[in-house]
Amino acid sequence: MNPLAATGRVTITVSRTVGEIVFFALDGMVRGLRGPWYPRQILRQMIEIGYYSLPVVGLTAIFTGMVLALQSYIGFSRFEAPDAIPTIVVLSMTRELGPVLAGLMVAGRVGAAMAAELGTMRVTEQIDALHTLATDPLRYLVFPRLVAGLLMLPLLVLVADVIGVMGGYLVSVYKLGFGPIEYINRTFDHLEAQDVISGLVKAAVFGFIVALMGCYQGYHSRGGAQGVGAATTRAVVSASILILTADYMLTEIFFSR
Amino acid sequence: MNRPPAKIRIRDLRKSFGDNHVLRGLDLDVPAGRSLVVIGGSGTGKSVLLKCILGLLRADGGSIEVDGEEVVGARGATLERIRLKFGMLFQGAALFDSLPVWENVAFGLLARRLVGRAEARERALATLAKVGLGAEVLDLYPAELSGGMQKRVGLARAIATEPEILFFDEPTTGLDPIMADVINELVRRSVKKLGATAVSITHDMASVRKIADRVAMLFEGRIIWEGAIEEIDDSGNPYVDQFIHGRAEGPIRVLQDMPAD
Repeated sequence: MNPLAATGRVTITVSRTVGEIVFFALDGMVRGLRGPWYPRQILRQMIEIGYYSLPVVGLTAIFTGMVLALQSYIGFSRFEAPDAIPTIVVLSMTRELGPVLAGLMVAGRVGAAMAAELGTMRVTEQIDALHTLATDPLRYLVFPRLVAGLLMLPLLVLVADVIGVMGGYLVSVYKLGFGPIEYINRTFDHLEAQDVISGLVKAAVFGFIVALMGCYQGYHSRGGAQGVGAATTRAVVSASILILTADYMLTEIFFSR
Repeated sequence: MNRPPAKIRIRDLRKSFGDNHVLRGLDLDVPAGRSLVVIGGSGTGKSVLLKCILGLLRADGGSIEVDGEEVVGARGATLERIRLKFGMLFQGAALFDSLPVWENVAFGLLARRLVGRAEARERALATLAKVGLGAEVLDLYPAELSGGMQKRVGLARAIATEPEILFFDEPTTGLDPIMADVINELVRRSVKKLGATAVSITHDMASVRKIADRVAMLFEGRIIWEGAIEEIDDSGNPYVDQFIHGRAEGPIRVLQDMPAD
């Protein structure tokens, strides 16, 4: 095949998909904001994303905090600077690992479920049925999920930050010989509000991305069970890649300020 | 012959999916207050026709007027307003499986904010009674119901808002003959009681004879025959004859190279 033609085809496909996703997101948000609203649906999704993701995110955070303490001890004791561990743990958790790992875990848990649910609703004509019952699926299905993702992931990340620091504390105090009070004090010594806030902004963006990819892939799935399976995979993979890409871009923005 | 004015008027309707030209200039009038059944083989575009009328699929060309209002090209608020006239029973019932039966039935009422939740539940109970279901199913979820019950709940959901036009997509597919007859009877009764205009698509001839006032046959993207149900047995149309008698041989070629005996 002509390599130029192949490149062109890929470029066209990619730009069309990006355009469709952006349009889908705008359409979902604008129509959703204009109402009618479905508070029950929003609440339901907030519980689904926020509450039911707590165990997964908490487990991820505690082990991440513990590993961070161990690994940075190995590195920093070579420079005679193990005192930096509390700061390393808290900055890594709040600025980077809290939002990214929570985002990735939620993508696997919630993004997949959204794609599967909306995909099944699509192939069993439930989405068509919504249209015939005077209900806009973008307002009823998509907007509540987008809003819930946007609002709940920052809250999850706040919890993950605390649990992650606690993981670092456990390892440092019970294994590496830190004093408990010393560890806590050092944790907050160099922590600034911006560290936490930048992480929460990231979390909001990631939460939106997870919900958007779950909804977009599910909403546009076709072809029965196989199509729904494919949509679920695409939702998780695309959300994960977008999270990592957006993570770099957001870090770059916060870095230059 | 006195024919009531057309509730739905379709002219030169075209719809393709890639190279697959499903509807190729279809003309059809659906008279107000009558029950029209569209027959045709699998994959001839019967469902596509219904979805084009509802604006769920965007027609490539032609015109669909509902009460004189154009559907093709309509969008947003206009389309939503036109859709308020319709109720539809889907082939697989398409019940919302995250909601209990009563919320499914009352969905259209709640969506239009016509009633509060308490009253919606009462209305759901009353509507379920019309399809022979009682209070015991109100709080069940669709997955806990048999296929026939799901169809009846789907029917209740379609008629709950008392729409002017009812669509039935293969109402009897996948049901045993007795349940199929029950559904046919319920479809006929609901249409009569509401005085609604009904369009059904099916390939079940028993169903056609039970629910149709008029029959139209769809073949190769056009309506090739239309008439009253009484005329169907002597339509003089070889395609219709082949279809209603379910013969493999005839003008409709399904098997490309049938070995000659």
